[in-house]
This record gives sequence, C-alpha cells and structure tokens, in this order.
Amino acid sequence: MKKSRDDYLTIFFISIIGIYIFIALAFPMYAILSKSVENKDGIFIGFENYQSYFSNPALVYSIYNSLFVSIITMVITITLAFIFAYALTKSRMAGKGIFRSIAMIPILVPSLLSGISLIYLFGKQGIFRELLMGYEIYGPIGIIIAEVFYTFPHALLIIITALSIGDARLYEAAKVLRSKPIRTFFTVTLPSAKYGVISAAFVVFTLVITDFGIPKVIGGQFNVLAVDVYKQVIGQQNFEMGAVVSVVLIFPALLAFVVDRIVQRKQVAILTSRSVVHEPNKNKNFDTIMFIYCSFISVFILTIIGMCLYASLVTFWPYNLTLSLTNYQFDLMDGGGWDSYYNSIRMACYTAFFGTIVVFAGAYFVEKSRSVKTGRTILHLLSMMPMAIPGLVLGLAYIFFFNHPDNPLNFLYGTMAILVICTITHFYTVSHLTALTSLKQIDNEFEHVSSSLKQPFYKTFFKVTVPISLPAIFEIGIYFFVNAMTTVSAVVFLYSSKTNLASVAVLNMDDAGDIAPAAAMGMMIFYTNAAVRIVYVLITKKILVRFQKWRTKTTS
Amino acid sequence: MKKIITLISFVAVFFLSLVNANAGSLTVYTAIEAEDLKRYAATFNEDHPDIEINWVRDSTGIVTAKLLAEKNNPQADIIWGLAGTSLMLMKGEGMFHPYSPKGIEKLDPKFRDGDEPASWTGIDAWVAAVCVNTVEMEKHGFSMPSSWEDLTKPEYEGHVAMPNPNSSGTGFLDVSSWLQIFGEDGGWDFMDRLHKNISHYTHSGSKPCKQAAAGEVPIGVSFAFRGARSKAKGAPIEIIVPSEGVGWEMEANAIIKGTDNLEDAKTLADWAITQKAMEMYNEAYAVVGMPGVAKPVEHFPPGLLDAMIKNDFEFAATNRKAILAEWQKRYDSKSEPKS
Repeated sequence: MKKSRDDYLTIFFISIIGIYIFIALAFPMYAILSKSVENKDGIFIGFENYQSYFSNPALVYSIYNSLFVSIITMVITITLAFIFAYALTKSRMAGKGIFRSIAMIPILVPSLLSGISLIYLFGKQGIFRELLMGYEIYGPIGIIIAEVFYTFPHALLIIITALSIGDARLYEAAKVLRSKPIRTFFTVTLPSAKYGVISAAFVVFTLVITDFGIPKVIGGQFNVLAVDVYKQVIGQQNFEMGAVVSVVLIFPALLAFVVDRIVQRKQVAILTSRSVVHEPNKNKNFDTIMFIYCSFISVFILTIIGMCLYASLVTFWPYNLTLSLTNYQFDLMDGGGWDSYYNSIRMACYTAFFGTIVVFAGAYFVEKSRSVKTGRTILHLLSMMPMAIPGLVLGLAYIFFFNHPDNPLNFLYGTMAILVICTITHFYTVSHLTALTSLKQIDNEFEHVSSSLKQPFYKTFFKVTVPISLPAIFEIGIYFFVNAMTTVSAVVFLYSSKTNLASVAVLNMDDAGDIAPAAAMGMMIFYTNAAVRIVYVLITKKILVRFQKWRTKTTS
Repeated sequence: MKKIITLISFVAVFFLSLVNANAGSLTVYTAIEAEDLKRYAATFNEDHPDIEINWVRDSTGIVTAKLLAEKNNPQADIIWGLAGTSLMLMKGEGMFHPYSPKGIEKLDPKFRDGDEPASWTGIDAWVAAVCVNTVEMEKHGFSMPSSWEDLTKPEYEGHVAMPNPNSSGTGFLDVSSWLQIFGEDGGWDFMDRLHKNISHYTHSGSKPCKQAAAGEVPIGVSFAFRGARSKAKGAPIEIIVPSEGVGWEMEANAIIKGTDNLEDAKTLADWAITQKAMEMYNEAYAVVGMPGVAKPVEHFPPGLLDAMIKNDFEFAATNRKAILAEWQKRYDSKSEPKS
C-alpha cells in the first residue's frame, strides 16, 4: 500500500518525539552508566569504582539504611492511607471533601519542608520534644515521620481508586449470604483492592528510597543512598563515585517499577462493564470511628504545615517570638533570593506548557495513529521509563551528557531550558498515563470517519480530540506545574547562578543554618501551588462545562 | 498544514528564548557569606556599572571541589573571596592567569602571592571562634568553656556541633590550626576526644553558630564574624576565643586561566583591593589585607586578633588533601555500626 501524506506526517512526528525522548532520557542514562566504569580522566577501568564503593563500609551501610527507612515508611503509610481511603469510600461520615483536600496538601510542598517542620516540632527547641521521650528527631525517626507525611497522598490516591472499583453486586451477594462485615472485608473489599495496595506500596517505596531532601534535612548522621549521591557529587565533586551510587540506587527503584507494571496489568480485568458502583450504607458507630480517625490524620497534616507557617513568621526562634516578615527577606540569604522564587514560577510555567504539548502529542500518536506500529510501541516503552529513574540520577546523568565538551547540545548546560527538559522527563510517565487513559475513552471511530472523509488527522486532532480531552490536558498541565515547583532532586545538579530555584533555595538555606527562611520559602511554594490548584478547580467548574456538555447529554 | 508549521516554529522560538546568552557579565565563584554578596556587587557597580556580576556561592570546600572538577572546562571567570589555602593548591595545578592587580604593593605581604606576577591576592581574614548559647548552657548546668581543650570535657557529650572540613573552609582551618597548635599527633588525639562530644558535623561553617544561636545545640564551633552577626540579631550567645589560640584563614582572589572576559576580570581584580573595597570588607571582617584600614567590628570578642595563631598556610595547602582524607576516614561515619 502506498503511504499517504498522513502516514509521512505521523512518522515525522513520532520521530521528533522519539528523538526528544532519546536525547532527554536514553543518551543521558547511557552516559551515567559509562561514567560509573570510568576513572577521572574518562578511561575505562571496568568495575574498579564499584570495588572501591563496596569496600567502603560507610557507603555500603547506606544501602541497609535506605532499605530500612523505605520499608518501615511503606508499611506505615500504606496502613494509614488504606484506613483513610476506606473511610472516604466505604463510610458515610461527614466532611469527606474536606478530609480529601487536607490529605492532598503534602503534594503541594517540597518534601523537605516536612523535615524542617519536624525540627521545629521535635528538635532541641521543639514545642513537642517531650513526646519523643528522649529520642532524637535527627535520624531514622525524623526521616520516617517526614516521609510518611510526604508519601501519604500518593498512596491515598491509588488506594482510593482501587477501593472505588469494588463491585456493588459482590457486596449485595455478601449481604444476602449474611456474611459478617469483617468477613466481607476480607473476601470482597481486600481482594478487589489488592493490586491497588501493592501498587501503592511500591510507589511509596520508590518515593522514599529516591528522596534525598528529607534525609538531608533531618537525617543527622544517618546516611542513605540518595544523600550519598548528593554528597559525592556536590560535597566532593567525585562524579564517578556519584555515578556508581546512582546505579546502585536505580536497582531497587527499577525492581519496584517492574513489579508495579506487572500488578497494574492484572488490575485492569477486575472492572467489567457490568460492575455497579458500590454505595456504602449508613452505620453510625463505624462512621464516627472513621470520622475520628480522619480528623486525627488531618490534624497531623495541618500541624506540620501550620508549624512551618508559624516558624516562618517568628522573628528569631525560640528567643524572640514576635511575628514579622524578617524571614521572607530572601535576598540576604543563601539560595538566590527572591529571584529563585520567580525563576521557579517561570520554570513551572514552561514545564507545564511544553510538557503538556509533548506528552499529549506523544500519547496521541501511541494511541490513535494507524501506521508505524513498531515506532509506537517503542515510543510507549520509552514513555514508561522515566518512572523507574530517580530524579537525582536523571539530573546527574544530564551533567554527564549535556556538559560534555563535545556535545553539540552543550550550550543548554546551565540554562533554564535544561531544567525544563529534565523536569518534563522526570514527570513524564504519570502524565503520559493520564493522557492515554483520557484518549482511550474516545472512540477510534472519529479517526476512521474523518479519514474516510479525506480529512487530515491533525484536523480531527484539533477539532475533536483536544476539546474532548481538555480536562486531562489541564490535569497534566497542573501536575507538571506543581511538581516543577516542588522538585529538588531533578534539578539540584543542574541549576546555575542565573537559574536558582525556590525548592533548591529551601535546601541551601537549611544547609547554611537559615532554617526559618527555608521554611518561609517552602511556604511560598505552598501558597503558589495552592492558589494554582484553586484557580484550576474554578476553571474546570466554569469553562470546561462548555466543552464537556456532550458528556452529560448522552447520559440524560 | 500551515497551522502545524506555525505551531512548530512558535514552539521552537519559545524554546530558544529560554537559552540565555552570557555576554557582558562575569561569573564569579565565591565563598563569601550570602548576605554580603548583594552589597559587594552593588559597591563594585558604583564604579563599574557596565560589568554585571554573576555569583556562584557555596561553602569553601564545595567551591574548591567545583573549580578542581571544572579544571579542563572552566565555568568561572574569576574567584573573589575563597580560602587562601584552596587558591595556593589551585595555583599548583596551574589553574590561574597570573596578574598583579594595580596597588598590590599596598597589601600586607602575607596577603599576596610572592611570585611576580602574582597568581592570587588576599582581601581579608576570618577567624575561628566558638559560639556558646548561654541560655542552653544554663539549662543544662554546663560551665562555660574557655579553651579548645575544654570542649572535650565529658559533660558536653553530644552538645557540640562543628563544620565538616571536607565541605567547609572554617572546618578545614579549625582542623589545620589544631594540627599546628597541638602538633600532628596531639592534634588528631584532640580531635578523637572532641569527636566523642560532637552531635553532628555540618556542611557549612556558619551553621554551627546559627544552630547555637537558635538553641539547637549549645556549643557551635564556627567563626567570629558569624557569631557577631547572630549576636547583633539578638541571639543569646557568647563568642569564646579559646585560650590556645585560634586558626584563621584569608580570603583571596584569582583570575581563572582561559577566561573569555579577561579585561573585565582584571578590572574586578584591581577594584577588589582598593581602599574602598577594603573598607567594604571591614564592615564584617576585623582583619583586611591592606594594613591600617581596619576599624574594630561591633560584637567582635576582645582579644581575638591577638589570639590568631601564626598560621602556616604552606603546611595547610600542601597537606590539605591528606588531612581531609585522614579526617574522613576517622570521623565521617558517625552512624556506622559500632563493631
């Protein structure tokens, strides 16, 4: 069959996006792998670096530490999030909307902010330090509490989805068979949510093991892998050893990723077209218990954020508690001053704009185009990769790849563009999946009809696909924006004096001992993200109604 | 089709606009305290408004390591305010463009490179000191320390913070001064005993003092200038000058070999040792490179200048790498299992 103009265009666009992903992901990853088997002068030395790594007990001990905090955090977060999600989906308690909103707060702040908050709560001058009964907050205890805060919403979202798909018919059957509630829980609820829980567990595990902000701030002398990468690279400029630790760090993350993908595949089959959404019955005792539980968790989250807010306003903790805006004078501190805040906003806007275009276009070609099957499969596989790669490792890989003197793309190094590219790549997979889910809902008939009417595919794309997918497009944009504001790991190796970022400023101010200003900058990020989210909710409510009218019409 | 091409070119132009050009500005690597950078740049721009300064600031060890790592592909044009020992080390690596700034003869000989033309010029000195939080000391019922030796008293166990010499210039000057004061063996023995009292080693030299000021730790080994600043902010701290004498280190400047902005870099190097610049440094530093300029700085402890040891920079610079490696081997893994 002769290839049509559409086919050539499709090939052209798939190649562009493919090339982008190769440059932004595959080549840098190759660079970091090869760096780990080279010496300082770039000569191949086999596994010598690995040998010296594994012969250093302090470094190897970090592997154990990392696994320890990741597994403990995973167990705690999943337990807490499961009960919370259970309350939101299976009870009829009051205030579900508010609880859900509060539970999402940690997504809006850089992870290390919770660590800073814990110092104010439980540090040597902390208001609740007695509660620790003599234990130190600096170390595994602090890391785990902060990581639970940071990972809670991520786990919650996945488990809510898993619990919501429980088939009501099964609950009816259980009721008719007079199954005890506890038995229903173990035979109906848990099996249907099983895969969601496993998936959430691996997501939490990966987030914790790759996070370095929290252990950096509150880990004290408790070393973990992610902090080792940072120390080797920033502290000692030992890039080869940084590469080695990175490769070690990729393994658990990659393993978690693979297991998660296998589990996700099984999840699909549970929800059939005949399933009925389960509506929980009123149960006063149960609802009250769940309400108390959710209030307790919400107070925990609000305390962490509230403490930061208060600490950022106190003039000189703990000796001068008058409120002032002294700590917001960022220009007198490390971290790049107010410029870094404006840079962050710019970076987040660029990331949201370009990221959404690239991701949505990429997902469109993967899902909707009718030609070049191999190209599409490769594209999809590459799109799934970033999830398995820790931000810190990606950032380091970018140094090796883009700062290489022979790379024609060398001019990107130290610019805003490289921050944007790295951030888009780091958060690519989740956005890609959001776009795919939305595109799958649109019947392929649209493409077939327009093709038989001899319309080029991009007309269908702009006239049908984009308007229908607007909610998903906005969702992706906001996801990019919020994460670009809060990410530290992906950008900490890549910012330059002209492109300081707010999230990195939080880290650097804490490093220099200016912890109150660090809290203040963290709160600026929170205000910004919260404002953007609110605006987003308003937009979806008002404007999107116009584009989405057809959805309601078909059901009425 | 046209629409698509418009869209693509729009995206491309937008993306290219993100890539900033670097013309007309100097990239200056420094370890000067962050709060002073704006003031320094503004004072310099009073005389040279056409040269824009791009600061890259971090702790001494980090900036040093960064410069060494970038040796073959330098990003900096000039160094303004980095530890003298680091600069001596880099001079040995041939990383500087030798240039004697105008007026170099007015500097104290200690503050300039002996070679002609000079590779580096010193601007000021910072001096080690111990920040002690009086409120916390009282709470714990501790007696005030008055010497380095006092810091090893068992009562302070877990209550002392000091900077990690691998990343912090202050940390390194502490370690190198102890090795000079107590002798090589005595110095390591002192640090072994001090290590028992250390609650944590920090990345930056200012942090121990800031933490002492905030009561996170009662005793912070840091430097006098930081203590004076925190005291001015109202922190309940006392700045102790240990009786054995205190280490100090100069901050110095040097032009990086291969810079694209040599003329601008020379202009800055000249300006940075003028009397005006020295007076500017003196607002924070009690010791500056040009004799006769310095006036006493508020909140500085009395007797600090007399306590400054006769520092052997040669010793510190040549042994820097070995000292740091030894230190790291002994103390850098506080969390390791006790076996």
